[in-house]
Amino acid sequence: MLAAIRDNSVNFPLFLHVLGAMLLIGSLAAVAYVTMLGWRAPDRAPGLSRFGLKALLIGVLPAYVLMRIGAQWTEAEENFPDDFDPAWLGIGYITADIGALLVLISIILAAIGLRRSREGGAGGVRFARVVGVICMLLLAAYVVAVWAMTAKPT
Amino acid sequence: MDLYDWLIFLHVLSAGLAVGAITALWGLLWGTRQGSTLLDPPSAMSYGRFFGILVGAGMMGAIIFGIWLAIDVDGYELWDGWILASLVLWAIAAWAGGQAGKAFEADPVGRRAAGIRFQAITSIGLLLILILMIWKPGA
Repeated sequence: MLAAIRDNSVNFPLFLHVLGAMLLIGSLAAVAYVTMLGWRAPDRAPGLSRFGLKALLIGVLPAYVLMRIGAQWTEAEENFPDDFDPAWLGIGYITADIGALLVLISIILAAIGLRRSREGGAGGVRFARVVGVICMLLLAAYVVAVWAMTAKPT
Repeated sequence: MDLYDWLIFLHVLSAGLAVGAITALWGLLWGTRQGSTLLDPPSAMSYGRFFGILVGAGMMGAIIFGIWLAIDVDGYELWDGWILASLVLWAIAAWAGGQAGKAFEADPVGRRAAGIRFQAITSIGLLLILILMIWKPGA
């Protein structure tokens, strides 16, 4: 019941888009949760940080790419008219594009953080906390995006 | 926003919560695989319980708002084939999810293989439901 019955050519790209978005939510939530666990239990923070940073690289990036390619492909298959510019599509693009920038920043921070954690010290933990906060912000933004994609405000 | 808008938003958000949380639980299995030192046992247990509860909450929300939608929207009926199939898959996925939780709670190491099997059944069930929701065969 995700939407009204649509042209069959849209189904597969839409499936990739929705699946990618759901995997993205899960990956971001995993990073955000271990960040919070690390805050509450500083003695366990180094291991949790490495888990969070690796989860970001392995989970968030592929899920984002799947969601974004699915979105573009779905829009192409929908054959919207040239002047079709509803608010929900704009919200989707804004959250996706700002999300891309934040994901890119997180990946750079995660790579540096993992290198610091291999060298020892608290550097990796600090980077993981920044990445965790970014993931929380992205989660909030994507809840808004889900609302826009489903309720389709005009 | 009318009732339909709220229902579809809450239905999809709940489904996203369930699939997202089960994705996070696969991350837990990766983080606690043999030889991995990423997650210590107390953290792994806390993480597993949190995302296990989210899977349950998401699945409950998805079915409640999904049934509400099927009743509210003209053209869909609860006895449509794709909706009935989804309900059956939901029941199987929910049962397997419960069994996976029990296996991991009882003995995270000794019953890990059983837990993974049940979690795989839940994941496949949710994936098939998503396919049914998108393609709506017979609608």
